[in-house]
Amino acid sequence: MSTHPTANPTASPTAAPAENPGTTSASSTRFLDTLDQRRPPKLGGFSMTLLRLELMRKLRNRRTLIFTMIMPAVFYLIFGVTNKGQTLGDTDAALYISVSLATYGAMVATTTGGAQVAVERALGWSRQLALTPLHPAAYILTKVLVSMVLGAVSVIVVFVLAAFTGVHAPLGTLLAAGALVVLTSSVFAAFGVMLGYLLPAENAIQVSSMVLGILSLIGGLFVPLEIWPKTLQTIAHFTPAYGAGEIARAPLGGGYDQWAVVNIIVWLAIFVAGSAWALRRDTARV
Amino acid sequence: MSTDTTRSAQTASIQTSASTGTSIPPAVHLHHLSKSFGSLKAVDDLDLSIRPGEVVAFLGPNGAGKTTTIDMLLGLSRPDEGTVEIFGQPPRRAVSRGLVSSVMQTGGLLDDLTVRETVEYTSAVFASSLDVDLVLERAGISGIADSMVKKCSGGQKQRLRFAMALLPDPALIVLDEPTTGMDVTGRRDFWHEMRADALHGKTILFATHYLEEADEFADRVVLVANGQIVADGPSHEIRAMAAAKTVSATLPRIDAASPTEADAENRLLDHLGGLAGVESVDVQGRRLKMRTTDSDTAAKTLFDSACTDLEITSHSLEDAFISLTSNNSPSDQLTSKGA
Repeated sequence: MSTHPTANPTASPTAAPAENPGTTSASSTRFLDTLDQRRPPKLGGFSMTLLRLELMRKLRNRRTLIFTMIMPAVFYLIFGVTNKGQTLGDTDAALYISVSLATYGAMVATTTGGAQVAVERALGWSRQLALTPLHPAAYILTKVLVSMVLGAVSVIVVFVLAAFTGVHAPLGTLLAAGALVVLTSSVFAAFGVMLGYLLPAENAIQVSSMVLGILSLIGGLFVPLEIWPKTLQTIAHFTPAYGAGEIARAPLGGGYDQWAVVNIIVWLAIFVAGSAWALRRDTARV
Repeated sequence: MSTDTTRSAQTASIQTSASTGTSIPPAVHLHHLSKSFGSLKAVDDLDLSIRPGEVVAFLGPNGAGKTTTIDMLLGLSRPDEGTVEIFGQPPRRAVSRGLVSSVMQTGGLLDDLTVRETVEYTSAVFASSLDVDLVLERAGISGIADSMVKKCSGGQKQRLRFAMALLPDPALIVLDEPTTGMDVTGRRDFWHEMRADALHGKTILFATHYLEEADEFADRVVLVANGQIVADGPSHEIRAMAAAKTVSATLPRIDAASPTEADAENRLLDHLGGLAGVESVDVQGRRLKMRTTDSDTAAKTLFDSACTDLEITSHSLEDAFISLTSNNSPSDQLTSKGA
């Protein structure tokens, strides 16, 4: 490798020794002048470039795409389409199921997105970032936002599929439901980040997918709560999956449980506090 | 050799800037630094000051405490005791202002980004940074800018890490065993290109366990063992330590019962110990072994004293290194010897 820079002002290495004393002292005075001018980055290093590159990484990952887009779509085709024309409470069953599965898709996208911090910690990328001004909060915010964008994509996939299979709902209703799904998915992003800092990389993603599956099953995203025994139904009301699902389905007009809002806020607080605690514990051994 | 001229030119300019009396804070100032992991004392009351512009090798065997020290230096871990200052600032502050950057040994890269994207990513988090293309060029990786990191060789990845370290135009670059796993030629190429232009005027601290690397590319070598500095001096002094030779000979046969003969032998040993350049005298049985920088005088004295089977052996740098790092009693310190 002998590609010598041409744009470099200090010229070729052969000419370097003669110029050296001059350049060295010049740069050290320049350094003195700029010592006070050096600033940390704004917003802790958060930027659109980071969001763009992180999103690109997501879209390059085939496994992420399968789990966040194809799985909810397949589930919809299996459970949603087959229940077309029936009603659940006062709501069209297929619509009800499509919103529930969109919620599930967004949950998977955000949790695994958050848990990605475990992988990056194992790769040494977190350590690399610790040698830059990037604030951990800015890094986590980037991860959370990108995961939520991916969650939004999975919502769109399910809704488009629903429209194509003849499930009709006012656009406003779908937009409201979709927005609520994306909003509540922030809870699961925080959950993922917490797991990512607590568990080793090889477990973080698997554990989170498993937990999500169980939560979704109990919390009424795959099947209506009513099929479960009484005790399990009571427990279900306390799961974040139930809270997210209830809120997301509220625009459908079938009424919703106001406690779901409390549920989601409490879980968000728990996961954010847990992430902050896990992060602080982790920085002792970056 | 061009590197030698480069080095002396740099040293000269450091001296002139020091004599003009401008109060540049030390690039690195470690003060009574200590860190333990359980009962293991990884870094033990370490003091080190590096002036701006110095190229310093942090030399020591694996487990000497090099990486632990560097971690504390960069603010990645907190010292149990002592303080760290980089250009008069605490490490995290220096890092957030791009005053210091680092090239790590392994890892620290994302497989699913291209080389250019990785540099863009890092560039975006600094308040001000050099142009991405310029940095790619300086690190010699413009040609592979669009390759995925996953497909890069070990050497290419190291250049990428180096490119990332150049981004904030830091005044201090810390390299933690940057050439581990490279062969001799690879190491040479790495350093020659690094020193050629990208690192002009910067303070450089690199950890290594390759003695030749420290000797060839540093102005100053700091030897560490068991978390302590066992020697600290210009690289030519470290090299001079290898100039010491071992002179051995068989002492003349004496009658152990005769006090005069035993006395004569003791006088000979005292005389040998007092010769200029002698570092140690050791007798096992009838065989005498001495370490000295002036093997000629030692040999002449032994020969004149009727000793037989004279043998002179020279040492490699590796021997000097081992003798210093395995026995870190204060008397072995290069600094005390140089004084």
